[in-house]
Formats: sequence, structure tokens, C-alpha cells
Amino acid sequence: MNLAKLALRVNGRLEQREVDPRTSLLDLLREHLALTGSKKGCDHGQCGACTVLVNGRRINACLTLAVMHEGDEIETIESFAEGGALHPLQAAFVDHDGFQCGYCTPGQICSAMGMLQEWRAGMPSQVTQDLGQTEIALSAEEIRERMSGNLCRCAAYPNIVKAIAEVAERGA
Amino acid sequence: MRAFAYTRATDVAAAAVAGHDGGRFIGGGTNLLDLMKLQVETPAHLVDVNHLGTDGIEPFEGGLRIGAAVRNSDLAAHKVVRERYQVLSRALLSGASAQLRNKATTAGNLLQRTRCYYFYDTAKPCNKRDPGAGCAALDGFNRVHAILGGSAHCIATHPSDMAVAMRVLDARVETTARVIPIDEIYALPGATPHIENTLAPGELITSVLLPPPPSGRQIYRKVRDRASYAFALVSAAAVIDISGGKIRDARFAFGGVAPMPWRNEAAEALLRDAPANDATAETFCDALLAEAVGHGGNDFKFSLLRRTIKAVLTQAAT
Ligand SMILES: Cc1cc2nc3c(=O)[nH]c(=O)nc-3n(C[C@H](O)[C@H](O)[C@H](O)COP(=O)(O)OP(=O)(O)OC[C@H]3O[C@@H](n4cnc5c(N)ncnc54)[C@H](O)[C@@H]3O)c2cc1C
Ligand code: SF4
Ligand code: FES
Ligand code: FES
Repeated sequence: MNLAKLALRVNGRLEQREVDPRTSLLDLLREHLALTGSKKGCDHGQCGACTVLVNGRRINACLTLAVMHEGDEIETIESFAEGGALHPLQAAFVDHDGFQCGYCTPGQICSAMGMLQEWRAGMPSQVTQDLGQTEIALSAEEIRERMSGNLCRCAAYPNIVKAIAEVAERGA
Repeated sequence: MRAFAYTRATDVAAAAVAGHDGGRFIGGGTNLLDLMKLQVETPAHLVDVNHLGTDGIEPFEGGLRIGAAVRNSDLAAHKVVRERYQVLSRALLSGASAQLRNKATTAGNLLQRTRCYYFYDTAKPCNKRDPGAGCAALDGFNRVHAILGGSAHCIATHPSDMAVAMRVLDARVETTARVIPIDEIYALPGATPHIENTLAPGELITSVLLPPPPSGRQIYRKVRDRASYAFALVSAAAVIDISGGKIRDARFAFGGVAPMPWRNEAAEALLRDAPANDATAETFCDALLAEAVGHGGNDFKFSLLRRTIKAVLTQAAT
């Protein structure tokens, strides 16, 4: 088997590994780095459970190869809590009961983090009425559309929307 | 997944050479890797084309040049696209999810493969995957399949939303060899459904060129099974110029109904100088659907397409 050398930063730490080029970024995180917070739901880009931040942007870790991320900066759910204190998004998910089984939650929270950055940068969504506008009110409809790439089998959607709305309002 | 060699190309020339030697280009990978996991695709060599400097969007001849590696999300959010090419922004935003759009590239989106479920299922006969094997969709479940442009060998649709908007905007595709109108990169299935485009081996897409936008209201309307994160059953991209209740000019391109973004300029000519009403829409639909063929499961697309066109025309007139 031909192995490829790979160096990237994960949650602030430089990681160097030799991997089979077939290894997805998700499998690198879960199987090689023992970061099992990111979940494998479908492995085909259809559920969002594997959402991580790459160079600050949310993507599906299952549909990308680890070797394509040489030199990249990856953030997973494991980087959110600091010194035992929950990240505001994590705390809001707890406060609003934004989950039931919790399987989709790491992906939801990483996705929400990326989503809030996109929203602050003025990026539009399918439901944005006026594309010319870059100060977009983050209505429940906007949150639902922007988070539509994260499925929740327990259907905790109403509370997920509330949790994210609260964090967006507080500006965390 | 089958084993493969991986190369990260660092300039266009090197990528083209690697492609010519049998390498398969990978952009975002959101379609190719999906299919490789199922062994529908089994390339022996992947050439990463994300680091060629083709990720810019710049003014070009009064329009835009969009780099092949520009992410779908960045293109949708680009200031000029939001102001002048709203139909493109809307089409992109209606596709996939935010995570996927952050990864998907312009070129990869154009060349993404069909979502025909038999194409994905290696236990079923499929002429596209396995030439000569037969087509399981013709007499199977064909709800998502084509009513236009299909053949007795394949009735798969092209799934892209972005390409439909680019078609209505008369985009051209720039490759390492030539510049061609967007419709000329696609090949209809005929007797060879495994051949989906006219690119030569190693021919790399480097950008998409948009001319200045035609005047008129730009609309993208997508009809699907759920409100978000689903492919189109039928979609329409339109640029419609109406004044005094009369259509001055109207262009339509359609998704979800054909093996490529579908356009019928002869039918569009019937719209010119006609009143913007349902009767005009019907005349247009009759011409558009004259050669359409239903396969049972997808018969509903005839009326869905008609209603979509009426809704778009009504929206443009208000
Ligand atoms: C769950 C899910 C839902 C989706 N929903 C939608 C939807 O609603 N609407 C929609 O339009 N799309 C949808 N998509 C598809 C998505 O838009 C495509 O997967 C994406 O656009 C492909 O781009 P990519 O860069 O990832 O392509 P890749 O997977 O990297 O490549 C696709 C093809 O393009 C070729 N290629 C890539 N770059 C070049 C180049 N520069 N020159 C020549 N050839 C090249 C590759 O060899 C490959 O054959 C969905 C995908 C998923 C997984
Ligand atoms: S419609 Fe085309 S892609 Fe689908 S099974 Fe038939 S030949 Fe294959
Ligand atoms: S595991 Fe990646 S999207 Fe489902
Ligand atoms: S909490 Fe169970 S899947 Fe979302």
C-alpha cells in the first residue's frame, strides 16, 4: 500500500501522519487522531454529522480526502470548550434542549459556528429576500435554511434554532 | 474504495499533463469521492486541481471570468454576482447545503454526474456505468428522470442548478484547449450514455466566462420534494424583459428534465412581443414539450414544468 505523508494542524496542534490516500478527513480525525467527536452518519455528504471547520469554514469531513488538507487548519468539536467551560454554543444547546440522542450535535455545533461566521460576513442564503443586502436579519427562517445541511433524526430542530438564535443575538 | 495515487498539481500546465496521462481531476471531491466510495468511479490517479491559482473572480469583457476552483458559496456571495447575475446566485444557493457549497467548485459542479439511483447501485444494470448492460430506469422507478434529450439507452438527468443559470446567461467555458459555449461541453446520451461531455483527456476547465447580463428580470425557481438540501425535480432559470404587459425578450433554461441544462431558443422566439399571460406560456410549453417523452414515473414533470413556467412568467410580470 502506498502511504502519503501528511502534516496539518488540528485544534491548534501540528499533526504528522502517514496515511493511505483513501483516508477521508473524517477517518483521519476519528481513527488516526482519536477525535471521535465528529460523527459518521452517512459518509456521503447527506447528513452533516461530520461537519468540521477547515481554515474557518464548515465542510463535510466525510467527502474530502485527508491528503487534500496538507497545511490546513482543522477545528473539531473537541476544540470548543475551554478549560472545562462550555463554548456559548454548547451551553445554549444544553439550555434549550437542542438535542435528544446527541449524535448529530457535534456536527450541528460546528456547523452553527461556521454559519454564524458566514452570516456576519454578509453571505446570503436561499431565503434572503434582497441579495443586495449584506446586513441580513437572522430570522428563524434564515437559521433553518442555513442549517439545512445538518439533519437531526430526533428532530430537535425547534430547539436547535432557539439555541443558535440566542447565541447570534448575544454576539458570541 | 479502490486504491489510487494522489498528486497535488501546482500549476495548470502540470495538471493538464497529469490529466493527459490518465489522471482524474479532483476539485471539491464532493461528487467524485461520493462515487468512488461506491466504486461507481475507480480512478487510478487523482490530480488535485485546487491549488492552480484558478480561484479568482475578475471583470472580463464587461462581464465576469469565474475561476474553475472558485467555491460555489463564494460565487453565490460575490458582490457582482449578487448585483448583476442574481439568477446565478439564487441557483447556487438553492443547491446542496452550505457545507457542500463551501467545498464544491465551479468546474466540479458543471461536470457532476447524474443522481439516477441505478447509476449509484452497482447491483443494477446501467449503460452509463457499464456500457451495453442495459438501463434499469426505463422500466423501473424513473420519477427523477428526463423527459427531454434522453434516449433508448439512458434517461438520466444532469443534476446541477448552477449550470442551468449559466446556460440562461450564455456562459462560455474556458479550458486548456479552447473556449466553448456551455451547452457544447455536454453530450446527449444517444447510444453512448457513458460519454457525458466533449472534453478531451487531460482537458482542464480553467474558468467560466459570463457576458454582460441580458436586460430583464432574473428568476430561478426550483421545485423539489423538500424546501432545502434536495435536488430539483424541475427547475427554471429565466431572464424576462417585460414592458407594458408585453414580453420584449425572454430566455429560459431548465434543470431536472434533461441530461444537460435544457434550452430551446426556437420556443423562446414565440415569447417575443407576446402578451405576458398564461396563453403565451401555454404556447411556449407546447413547443418546448413537443418532443418530450414520459416514462411513467416521471410523467408528472410535463404538468410540473408547465406550472413552473407559468409561475415564473407571472412573477416576472408583477
Ligand atoms: C447530499 C448532496 C446534495 C446535493 N444537492 C445538490 C443540489 O441540490 N443541486 C446541485 O446543483 N448540486 C447538488 N449536489 C452536488 C454538488 O453540487 C456537487 O457535488 C459539486 O458541485 C461538485 O463539485 P466538486 O468541486 O466537489 O466536484 P468533484 O467531485 O471534485 O468533481 C466532479 C467532476 O468534475 C471533474 N472536474 C473537477 N474539476 C475539474 C476541472 N477543473 N476540469 C475538468 N474536470 C474537472 C472531476 O474529474 C469529476 O469528474 C449535492 C451533493 C450532495 C452530496
Ligand atoms: S437512466 Fe442512465 S444512468 Fe440511469 S440506469 Fe439508465 S443508463 Fe444508467
Ligand atoms: S457523515 Fe458526512 S455528511 Fe453524513
Ligand atoms: S439529537 Fe439525535 S439526531 Fe439530533
